[in-house]
Amino acid sequence: MSKYSVIGKRVRRVDGPEKVTGNAKYTFDMVLPNMLYGKILRSPYPHAKILNIDTSQAEKLIGVKAVVTGKDTIGRKQGIWRRFPELCDEEILCRTKVRYIGDPVAAVAAIDEDIAEEALDLIEVEYEPLPAVFDPLEAIKEDALQIHDGVELNINVTRHIEWGDVDDAFRHCDYIREDQFKCSSQAHVCMETHDAVASFSYDGNLTVWTSTQSSYYIQALLAGMLDLRESDVRVIKPHTGGGFGSKFELDSAQFCASLLSMKLCRPVKIVLTREEEFTATKRRTPMYYYVKLGAKKDGTLLAKEVKAITEGGAYTAMGATALYLTGFFSSLPYKYPNYRFDGYRVYTNTAPTSAMRGFGGPQATFVGESQLDMLAEALGIDPIEIRRKNGMTPNYEVPGQAYIQSCGLQQCLEKIEAHIKERGKLPPNRGIGISAYGFMSGGIFNWFDTSYAFSAAIVRISIDGKVDLFTGACDIGQGSDTTLSMICAEELGVHLEDIRIHAADTGICPADLGAWGSRETLMNGNAVKMAAADAKRQILEFAAAKLGANIVYDLDIKDRWVHLADRPERGLSYFDIVKEVIRGKDGEVIIGRGHYTPHRKGMISPAYSFGVQAAEVEVDPDTGKYKLINVATAHESGTVINPLGIEGQLEGAIMMAAGYGFCEDQPMDAGKILNPSIADYKLIRSLDMPETKILEVDTYEPEGPFGAKEAGEGLTCPTAGAIGNAIYRAVGVRINELPITPEKVFKALREKGKQGK
Amino acid sequence: MKEELRLTVNGQAYELYIKPKTLLVEVLRDHLGLTGTKRGCNCGSCGACTVVLNDMAVKSCSVLALQANGGEVITIEGLANGAQLHPLQKAFLDYGAFQCGFCTSGMLMSVKALLDENPKPTTEQIKEGIDGNMCRCTGYNSIIRALTAVVKGEYKEEK
Repeated sequence: MSKYSVIGKRVRRVDGPEKVTGNAKYTFDMVLPNMLYGKILRSPYPHAKILNIDTSQAEKLIGVKAVVTGKDTIGRKQGIWRRFPELCDEEILCRTKVRYIGDPVAAVAAIDEDIAEEALDLIEVEYEPLPAVFDPLEAIKEDALQIHDGVELNINVTRHIEWGDVDDAFRHCDYIREDQFKCSSQAHVCMETHDAVASFSYDGNLTVWTSTQSSYYIQALLAGMLDLRESDVRVIKPHTGGGFGSKFELDSAQFCASLLSMKLCRPVKIVLTREEEFTATKRRTPMYYYVKLGAKKDGTLLAKEVKAITEGGAYTAMGATALYLTGFFSSLPYKYPNYRFDGYRVYTNTAPTSAMRGFGGPQATFVGESQLDMLAEALGIDPIEIRRKNGMTPNYEVPGQAYIQSCGLQQCLEKIEAHIKERGKLPPNRGIGISAYGFMSGGIFNWFDTSYAFSAAIVRISIDGKVDLFTGACDIGQGSDTTLSMICAEELGVHLEDIRIHAADTGICPADLGAWGSRETLMNGNAVKMAAADAKRQILEFAAAKLGANIVYDLDIKDRWVHLADRPERGLSYFDIVKEVIRGKDGEVIIGRGHYTPHRKGMISPAYSFGVQAAEVEVDPDTGKYKLINVATAHESGTVINPLGIEGQLEGAIMMAAGYGFCEDQPMDAGKILNPSIADYKLIRSLDMPETKILEVDTYEPEGPFGAKEAGEGLTCPTAGAIGNAIYRAVGVRINELPITPEKVFKALREKGKQGK
Repeated sequence: MKEELRLTVNGQAYELYIKPKTLLVEVLRDHLGLTGTKRGCNCGSCGACTVVLNDMAVKSCSVLALQANGGEVITIEGLANGAQLHPLQKAFLDYGAFQCGFCTSGMLMSVKALLDENPKPTTEQIKEGIDGNMCRCTGYNSIIRALTAVVKGEYKEEK
């Protein structure tokens, strides 16, 4: 029997009944009295000077209430890397120069969307087109044009990571190989596009309802860009239709709606169109990889050297973090004694690149796992065996970087090995490829420069025993409202239905960095657990006095029963005691407080999760077309809080990660994205979705709440690599460039056929 | 020039005057305030706006409201019987067949139409039935499991 009464159970989501009835309200659904509708005018040029903007005709259009341009801003540039002013490089409403097709130049508020749209056509912008550069390998050349003044070679950020003696280690290798890879972009394609309703009132307060992964970041960034006091900006996240990394930076809908509302003191709503969503919000970072890998004859990995050049697009965004993380993730999940990474993020005149689920991990893992299979083959070692030999184990220290506590990688390898055996002998042109990964449970870095704890929570218990949980965590669909409510109920010893969560409203909830980097379960979970423990302590103090128990006894609460831990029959009803505690506190409700910031946990994350995936494909050798037959995943994420939630994260990640490996891409022509619609952007739908198999491995993470760690993003890392390896095993061709389209497989097969003759 | 539109939505008769270019989804969301129906792409590709019109699942962003004149529409708001959830809704809850929830209304209306027409679909027929509904969160398999449970009779409609 489980020692837990709430966690570990398959529970329905707390937001479920509202969502399956269509009653859940999203920002997209909001209408306020006296509300106006906004639209944004965007640059048609990838690079141009703005000579003049004439808004007079638009302003005259009946129904138009305001037009704003860069001149209406305070002229600041913003960025999420606030510690580094030079990386705050995005004006949102450009004043003198545009740097990609889609850069905003003006915004309109009108009585309806049609009139706002019409007004955009009446704004005359005089541009002086400039030469533009789209490929980071071109932009980094000596003679390339400068996209941001003073940024030499267009290098936006560099990142160096090193441990051991890499050069010396390569001298001791029996086998060294060098390979190049190219990882493509990917669009988040949230079902709800970026949107915001901003309402500035005559008393000087700005309230913004928005679809976001971090209400706190948006609050702080808006305050900075609008010259408002941070606490005078209240950001509320209603139900949110997906994020996947696209919604924790300040976006054009939030900024323009706020600016227009401040001008008019009326609510303004802006919803980005699907085309804007594809072309003018951020996207996964494309990366060029150059990797040198060396091993002993027996497969012991001695050294790895990685160079990465990433396509930055026009602005820094969270792309700096993607560079940093891809550098570290390239070492996971193996014990490289010697490792070096040099990364360069390069500005280009393309839509800015940034965070997307996996955050540099899917790129690093595709590259690393593809190359590891090549190396294993050259040495005549089985792919499982080489991973087993070099894979991380519990309590392993990555020199100067990270301390891995729980780690179930070896057990995951065993389960996948058994799965492959079970599949038996495969028919011709079928292959199973494997790929292993590791991922973080939230980042330790504080480039946002906040003085708040990374996560915090408040628990309030009212006279009827109902628990109100206040937290800044953002449920964007991943289920954090349910997970955190379960953690709270478990710690307090009450039922899940006793908890009511209030999340992601900066007016009433403590600050939290938000839902990114797979941080909510561990970081916010720890804060919630601490807050619940604080409230529980207050109840137990009173109960101890009331029960007159010998002080050697511990008290506990389980299933709404306050009792002696060793003598559960001696106790009191939770509901009765709560009433008396409040009476005893001179009528004050019970308030518990908790917070969490990682300390002494290295440079990256307080905890890491691991897994191994096996993808099975069937290739048609005549056309290169292939089908994903089955994806089996052995993974561990510490104590599972809600098995139903984990399954959803896992299967959803496979869909998104297989899409990255298989079909999702954003081809461009001179900086213009060519497939900006759901009709043209190919992604995996129900008919292409492979069957999935989940193999759970139990681990316990000492740093996590009840032993839990991440399950959200890690699973987007392995799939592209597993597909690539599977195709190689099926038909013997290796594709080093994502996505692995049938066309690329076909061309490689033809090339192989020629060589064979 | 506005034109008259008469239609029944979730059993309630409505009479409205609308611009001829108004889409069915606009009537539902903006005129009638039934915001359970979503819009994700405005080009008939994502399925978030799916409703049932005269017993058929349609994408309401691709139907002019006047094309539905005299018709009967069921939206997500009409799926539950008051506080009593429809078997499909219960199955979606138990099988975790949604996450962010933005596609869920359209998905549920598609599968309702599917099961009304064919109460015993095969797994392949279920996959085909929801292929027009994009979900970016779940990976679809939980939706298929939820439907399979309903098809097997694990959920009974309560009167």
